[in-house]
Amino acid sequence: LLQPAVSVGNVGQLAIDLVISTLDMTKVGYFYTDCLVPMVGNNPYATAEENSTELSINAEVYSLPSKKLVVLQIRSPFIKNKYRPFCETLLSWVKSSKCARVVLLSSSHAYQRDDEQLLGTPLRYLLTPDLEKAVGGRVQELNWKEMEKVAAYPGISDTDKVLHIPGGGITKLLFTESCSKGIQMAVLLKFCSEGDNIPDAFVLVNYLNEWLQLIKSEVSTSNNSTDPSSQWKIPSSWRLLFGNGLPPALF
Amino acid sequence: MATFFGEVVVAPSRAGLDEEEEAREETPEDLEIRREIEKKRYRHRCSRGGQIDVLWTWKSGGCAEELLVCSRFIVAIGRNAAAFLSSFILDSVCWEVVGVVKLWNEWCRTSSTTNVLPTDSFCLFYRLISDPTVLLCQCSCYVAEDQQFQWLEKVFGSMQKKGLQVTILSTCPVADYKTQESTLTLASPFLKALKTKEFQDQVCCPLLEQPNIVRDLPAA
Repeated sequence: LLQPAVSVGNVGQLAIDLVISTLDMTKVGYFYTDCLVPMVGNNPYATAEENSTELSINAEVYSLPSKKLVVLQIRSPFIKNKYRPFCETLLSWVKSSKCARVVLLSSSHAYQRDDEQLLGTPLRYLLTPDLEKAVGGRVQELNWKEMEKVAAYPGISDTDKVLHIPGGGITKLLFTESCSKGIQMAVLLKFCSEGDNIPDAFVLVNYLNEWLQLIKSEVSTSNNSTDPSSQWKIPSSWRLLFGNGLPPALF
Repeated sequence: MATFFGEVVVAPSRAGLDEEEEAREETPEDLEIRREIEKKRYRHRCSRGGQIDVLWTWKSGGCAEELLVCSRFIVAIGRNAAAFLSSFILDSVCWEVVGVVKLWNEWCRTSSTTNVLPTDSFCLFYRLISDPTVLLCQCSCYVAEDQQFQWLEKVFGSMQKKGLQVTILSTCPVADYKTQESTLTLASPFLKALKTKEFQDQVCCPLLEQPNIVRDLPAA
């Protein structure tokens, strides 16, 4: 199960949009939940007039049987105090549907990084102990960086180190609950800030692709560089993210 | 994010409610405010409990489980849509009041009276006298996020939904409409629609294009 956390810059959700759109996934269901703000619109992945009129709501499930992939997309924020029940329901669904593993795409506030985190890659991962056993080796091969723990009380030197994911929404809760419930979960996150988060989404989805190989990453032989952005299909609903056209009378 | 003056503030998330707010420890003031709001909401719960209650005039005490047979349900959400119904559809000759929603939230409060002024916040249900399966709802009050699901369950829970056709009327500011051109030059007001697969009738206006969406009670 691949899903986003509603987090800073909505990067996880944007990345999931890219996955669903590129792999042309089929909608197989939705969550009827009182935990998310209601919203509805027409098909966000429409490619033509014919497929543009299917309604879409705030929590929908898509699947691609050929890759044994199920994707959950979340499109609205949590209602106050409802994020816990949602996480509980979600994890019990993961268990009851015998889902093998969960991959959570998320993000964290870039401004909360410490000096070391400011250097190098802005991408991090986390694995629950059960998944560590299965894919820990692969992750080492990919040279990925694990999300660092921080001191529980900054400034005091010998305190316990805890996991802290500011701006990550339900990421930490889902991860800690998965650890204790023996669920195989991986968290992939990027440090970012609010703004135009489309490039962040591309970076995150390519990070995911290094591991899951959802699409073939092509290397262009002519100029010896990869342009990974071109292989992901941008959904039609990403139009006009920054407002409408300008009135001509303005000039 | 750092502001111009060098202070670090939490940037508001485009998502509206960054989960950070939920996960953060509540300050004593936050806790107090939340407790007061909950107390107020509790005080306004009617006898059957719950933040929202739907009172139907046709339900006597004995048959509380009786479902209203409904073939067409028209819901007008918001003051404009409610005013539309008042101006063009409703009258005391053809329509009778059959229900009222009682709720309280920080933005508005409705009462169980059915004698309302247009400027009140209310949520009333009417039935067409000549065809009692046609139901109409005028909801000019604001239904808070965490009450919307309850509203839905309680209202639709009282209906027998076989063969039911629901029409939802609502308004949105033109400035919220996302389009290639500027909204300044758009001929407004204009109608847009969303419909489910099951709706087979002709729709009287174009469908709402992406990336526009509908939220809150109409979406619910």
